[in-house]
This record gives sequence, structure tokens and C-alpha cells, in this order.
Amino acid sequence: MIKTIALVGNPNVGKTTLFNALTGLSHVTGNYPGVTVERKAGKVQLNGKTVEIVDLPGTYSLAARSPDEMIVTDLLLGNLSSERPIDAVVSVVDATNIERNLYLVSQLRELGKPLVIALNMTDIAESHGIQVSPEKIACEIGVPVVPVSAHKNVGVERLKEVLSRLTRESADAVTPVPTYPEAFNREVDALTAHLVTHSTKLGRKVPRAEAFRVLVDKGGYAETRLAKALANGFMDDLSRRRERANTNGSLASLEARSRYTWIRKIVAAGVTRPETRVITWSDRVDHYVTHKVYGTIIFVAVMAVVFQAIFSWAAPLMQLISDGFTALGGLINASMPDGMLRSLLADGVIAGFGSVVTFIPQILILSLFIALLEDCGYMSRAAFLMDKLLSKCGLSGQSFIPLLSSFACAIPGILATRTISNRRDRFTTMLVAPLMSCSARLPIYTMMIAAFIPGTHVLGGLVGLQGLTLFFMYLLGITVAVPTAWLLKKTLLKGETPPFLLELPTYKWPQPRTVAIKVYTQGREFLLRAGTLIFSIAVRDAIVASVSDTADRDAQLGALAKEESGAYLRNSIIGHLGQAVAPVVRPLGWDWRIGMAALASFPAREVVVATLGTIFNLGSDVDETSQGLRATLRDATTPTGGKLFTIPVALSIMVFFALCSQCGSTLAILKRETGKWRWPLFVFGYLTTLAYLVSFAVFHITTAVGWGSV
Amino acid sequence: MRTLDQLKPGEKGIVGYLHGDGSIHQRLLEMGVFEGSEIEVIRYAPMGDPMEIRVQGYHLSLRKNEAALVEVEEVP
Repeated sequence: MIKTIALVGNPNVGKTTLFNALTGLSHVTGNYPGVTVERKAGKVQLNGKTVEIVDLPGTYSLAARSPDEMIVTDLLLGNLSSERPIDAVVSVVDATNIERNLYLVSQLRELGKPLVIALNMTDIAESHGIQVSPEKIACEIGVPVVPVSAHKNVGVERLKEVLSRLTRESADAVTPVPTYPEAFNREVDALTAHLVTHSTKLGRKVPRAEAFRVLVDKGGYAETRLAKALANGFMDDLSRRRERANTNGSLASLEARSRYTWIRKIVAAGVTRPETRVITWSDRVDHYVTHKVYGTIIFVAVMAVVFQAIFSWAAPLMQLISDGFTALGGLINASMPDGMLRSLLADGVIAGFGSVVTFIPQILILSLFIALLEDCGYMSRAAFLMDKLLSKCGLSGQSFIPLLSSFACAIPGILATRTISNRRDRFTTMLVAPLMSCSARLPIYTMMIAAFIPGTHVLGGLVGLQGLTLFFMYLLGITVAVPTAWLLKKTLLKGETPPFLLELPTYKWPQPRTVAIKVYTQGREFLLRAGTLIFSIAVRDAIVASVSDTADRDAQLGALAKEESGAYLRNSIIGHLGQAVAPVVRPLGWDWRIGMAALASFPAREVVVATLGTIFNLGSDVDETSQGLRATLRDATTPTGGKLFTIPVALSIMVFFALCSQCGSTLAILKRETGKWRWPLFVFGYLTTLAYLVSFAVFHITTAVGWGSV
Repeated sequence: MRTLDQLKPGEKGIVGYLHGDGSIHQRLLEMGVFEGSEIEVIRYAPMGDPMEIRVQGYHLSLRKNEAALVEVEEVP
């Protein structure tokens, strides 16, 4: 009886659309243990029985180079103890691109599991003049072939019917094709037998299909993993086996030649093509989209729209949500008696939930754009256009959109790194994403600039000094990110340069259903995953705060008035802490009050404006446009009577906030996406150090050139 | 012998020897770039790198230093 079916295929073949058509909205997402690969599974009714369908990440081959890529191979081989064994495989094949698609099919064919081919996009193939005969292909390969048009829901019922007739025994009729030289087959058998003798040491029996990969994939993950487990002499033994297996070129090329020979035979029998290749509309579109001039203009325009959308379209919605939660918190504060429960509800539950939900408009808008760009095929063109630029710091074109998104907010940016195929590139991008100046830094920039940067014009009156300062703040993050990414790729995340072999798929109209489901799942997932984490942090903080509040009840009662709240601060725990912080921040030109504001703004950097307001005696209902706060800050003095805030101090504060990682949500998302606490801790550590050092340099250099007395 | 990165847009060729034995070598093979495959250069990216080729009936983007591993023969 079939219980679990795997959906396997190349990227961009409509696999997700078919998965959605089969399972509806019933799917659940998660992660495979120990890797950063998303696990997606759903349920389908076959003949009244519920069967699980697992949607595996798109792949071109079972030859894995990294733990992440190995997931597909391991899952199909039954190597994952946490997963139910796969009983049958559905391979989604793009009819417009059948040769390369059949490469993976030929590997799946050798797994000894029942296999069904879902032949997708036959309608597009026909419009290109390509006729594919499912019957003839089924006959050649020896497995059922079901033509489907996943986005039109055509053929899905027929596929279910074929699947419901499958039994585990269906695989018995499958004979391994393609054919390999005798010497090669002998070595795979010999290696399989050899590895069986190590079963106890490995804790599992290595199947023949895995031995095949160990032998062929020189430097691949299957080999690396066994070499680590078996150690002594395994690699020497393996290279002797490789020499015996093949005498002509690499084993990888032997595999490719054998498979493509098999593929040619099938294509010759089942596919007819026009004499001359039809120029498709996709070719014509690409002529402009990747053109030197038009392509660049289109690219800039697309990015401008995306950026504008996440930056400013989302803003009113976010404001609305945040106002709503503030009002709700106020309501609770007004209607409940003071105490721990009220604090927990208002400051913990409501504020915590609010801080998560505020991000939803940005997440949804960005997910929508990314889903649209991915589904129509533009994403890979964007990577094609930008690759040269990003290759300079060791990344690839695929990192561009995640980094751009991070200018709005690092959270959607980090989520967008999921489209990056190489793990080390993905991690590097996630680790530098917080350096892009996000919208939460804007309040501190605008307030500091308005208060302390003179509104004069430079460069012949063309450029305002205030605007220029803002521009430099944005530039600073990018300037620091380039060498940081380069350094990360040379040290912590070093390794062989990943191949930049990127398919440029045929353009197609985005499928509303596919896009909608993607946006919905991203939003839901963000709420569930980041939400629970941020939420629990907020609740914990509220409890801690209310406990210390109770201890200070007397002092607090005496400091109800806003003016007194400043005095209370100075005499409170925070005030005492401030005295400890003072020597640490003095080299940056700061006094203890600024230091405390920076420290208190850890969970979310935008609160620094409000914190400065509280500390400098204004109450916390100030924002960056408050004239009062600006004037107060301008008038603030040092104990010796001099002005506290000079231009160097203001710059030092802005630079610190441009580089530091005062954002609990970003760190929480990093933990979620990397699966380990050590990465967010690393990000916090390196960004804080960097922020401190650069602020220090900026303060002393600008003081030395005399800006302190301007 | 010319290598793939030396072809101009619109030029066609047949893949000859494929250098290397690492992951780029294997990926190229899997993606259909192997001895005997017909190949056509479509264009280069605006900044000169990477390049776009057609192979096995689909479009593939690769960097010039990767294309330099692919020897190309004239179409007979």
C-alpha cells in the first residue's frame, strides 16, 4: 500500500503548481533537521485513502554537493530516520525542455521505486511546434506518463487515478536503464558490497544507488560523508575503484554520456520538432529584458517599483496597525488596575503581538513581488544582469533582490534569501543583510540631521548638506557590506566557488493561484515562526520589567509626572546602569544618557528616539518631528557646561545606529532561518563591534578637523 | 581550439573536450553541456559577464570563467 509519494523535478517546471493542485491548501511547511531546506508536505485522497505528498526542492540531479542538496537524495534513498520512507515518485517533466528534464528521470528510474511521469506544459510545447507523445515515451521508459496542465487543473484527476493504482510492487517491472560499461557496473556492485560490510559502523545499510553516487561524484557530499565516517584508507580505496571503473575521461562524463544516450533514444521515438526552431515570444521579450540598454532601464524600473512598494506603500498600513495596537494597549492600561497582569497584557501580549504584526504589510508586499517575479521567470534574469557586480564580493546575482529588500526591512530580505541556491552564498547574504539601512533607522537619522546638520548647500548650492548626510548614511551600510561579504566568503563561509549555472526559463504569465498561495504561506509562516519567538521575548521582558517595577514601587509612585520621570530615571536602576555605561561610550563622544538610550533600544532601534525623549525629560510621547526634543537635545550640556551634542557627536550616534544590530526581530529571524543561535549571536557581535569602531573613528576624525566647534 | 567564452553572440558550435573534474565540470555535464552537444551563444550580460547560451533546447547562463572550461568545435 502506497503511503508517501515524493514530487520531484527540475526547478521551474511547474512542480509547485501541481503540488497545490493535488493538495489544495492542506499543506504544512517546516524544516528538515540540521539543514536549511524547507520541508513541504500535503495530503491527497486516493480512492478514499489519505496519502501524503512531499514536495521536494527543485533539482537537476541527485549528485549532491552539500548537505542541503543531499536532502533530496537521502529522502529518496530512505536515509532519513526522521522521515517516512518514500513509496512512490512522481517526476514532473517540462515538455518544452524534455532532454534536460529526462536526465533527472533517468536517475529516478534507478531507485527501484514506482515512478510516474507528470508531463507538464505540453500546450506550450505545441505552441513552439514541439509534439510530445506521452504513449510513446511511456513505452520507451516503461513507466506511466500522464500529460498534465497543472495551472489549468487539466490531467490532475487522471494523475490521481494512476497513483491510486500504484503498489509498491509496481517497481518490480522496472529494469535499470540507461546502460553503463561492464567495468563500471562491476565497481558499483563491488563498492556496494564493500560498504555493506561497514553497515554496523555506519549505522545503516548503504543502498546501491548511493554507492553509485559515492563512486561518480568526486568531491561530492555522498563521498565526503562516508570518508568522515569511515576514515582510514577509504579515500585511497575509492580512488583505486574509480580508476578501475573508467579508463576514458571522468566518471561524471561517463554518467552524463550514458544518460543522454538513453535520452536521445526516447526523444527520437516520442518527440517531433519543427525543421527550424520557432522564435517564441519569450525569445523576443528576452531580447529587450536582457538588452544592454533597455534591459538595464527595465531592471532599474522594476527594482524602483519593488523598493518603493515595500518602503512607502507599506508605511501607512504599518502605521495603522501600530496605532491600533497602541490604542488597544492604552485601552487596557485605562481599564485595568495597575499590576503585573496589566503590564503583562499591555506591554507583553499586546505590544509583543503588535511588533510582529506591524511587519506583515512589508512581508506580504515583498512576498507578492518576489512570487510574481519568480513565477514569470524574471528573477533569474535579474540575477543574470547583476551577477558581475556581486561576484566582486564573492556572491552571485541571486543575492541582489534579498539585499535590496533589506533596505526596507532586513526581515523580508532575509526571508527572500531562500531563492539563493548555494548555502554559503545564502548565509553570507543573510549575515550582511542587516547592514542595509532599513526604514527603522530613518527616525534617528532624520531627527539627528534636523537638529544638528546645518541646512546649508554645498557643491555650488546644488546639494543640500542635510540630504547629503542622509545619503552617506545609506552609502555607509553598502560600503561596509561589500568587504564584509568578501571577508565572510574568505573565512567563515569559505569553500569552492559555486558554479553559476542558472537556467533562464521561458517567460510565462504568473499563475494567480500559485502566487496567492506563496504570499499566504509566507505571511502565515512569518506570523507563526518569528511571531512565537518575538512574542515570547516581549512577554519575558514585560515580566522582568514588571518585577523590577514592583520592587521600585515607591520610587515609581513618586515619579508619575513626566518631568519627574526624568529625575526618576537618573535615580533608578537605569540611572545606576548608566553610570556603568558611561566610560564605555565616552570614547564615542557620548555621555551616559546617550549610552543608555542606545542600550535601551536593543529590541527595536526605532525606540531610541522615544528613549532619548524620556531620558532628556520629555516623556516618551515624542517622535522624530518633535520640535521640543530637538531643542532639548541642542541645549543639553555636559557637566563642564559645554554643549553635549556637537556635529561629531550627532554623526557618531547616526553612524552607530547605521551599523549596529539593535533589532530583536532580525536576530530572531536569523535564528529561524539558520537553525542555530550562533549565527544571530555572531551578527550581533560583529555589527556592534563594527558600529563602535566606526563611530569612534568618525567622532575623532570629525573632531580633529574642527567640526566640533562649528 | 576555441573555448566557449570566445564565441560571439549568434555563433554556434559543437562541444568538444570539457576540462576540469570538480563540481563545475559535473554541473555542466548534468545541464547538457558535454562532448557532442550543439551550443549557441545568445548574448552577454550588460556588464560583459555572465553569458547566455542555448543548449539541449533551453537557455542557460554561465560565467565566462566556467565557459572557458568548454572547448568548442566548428559546426560541420
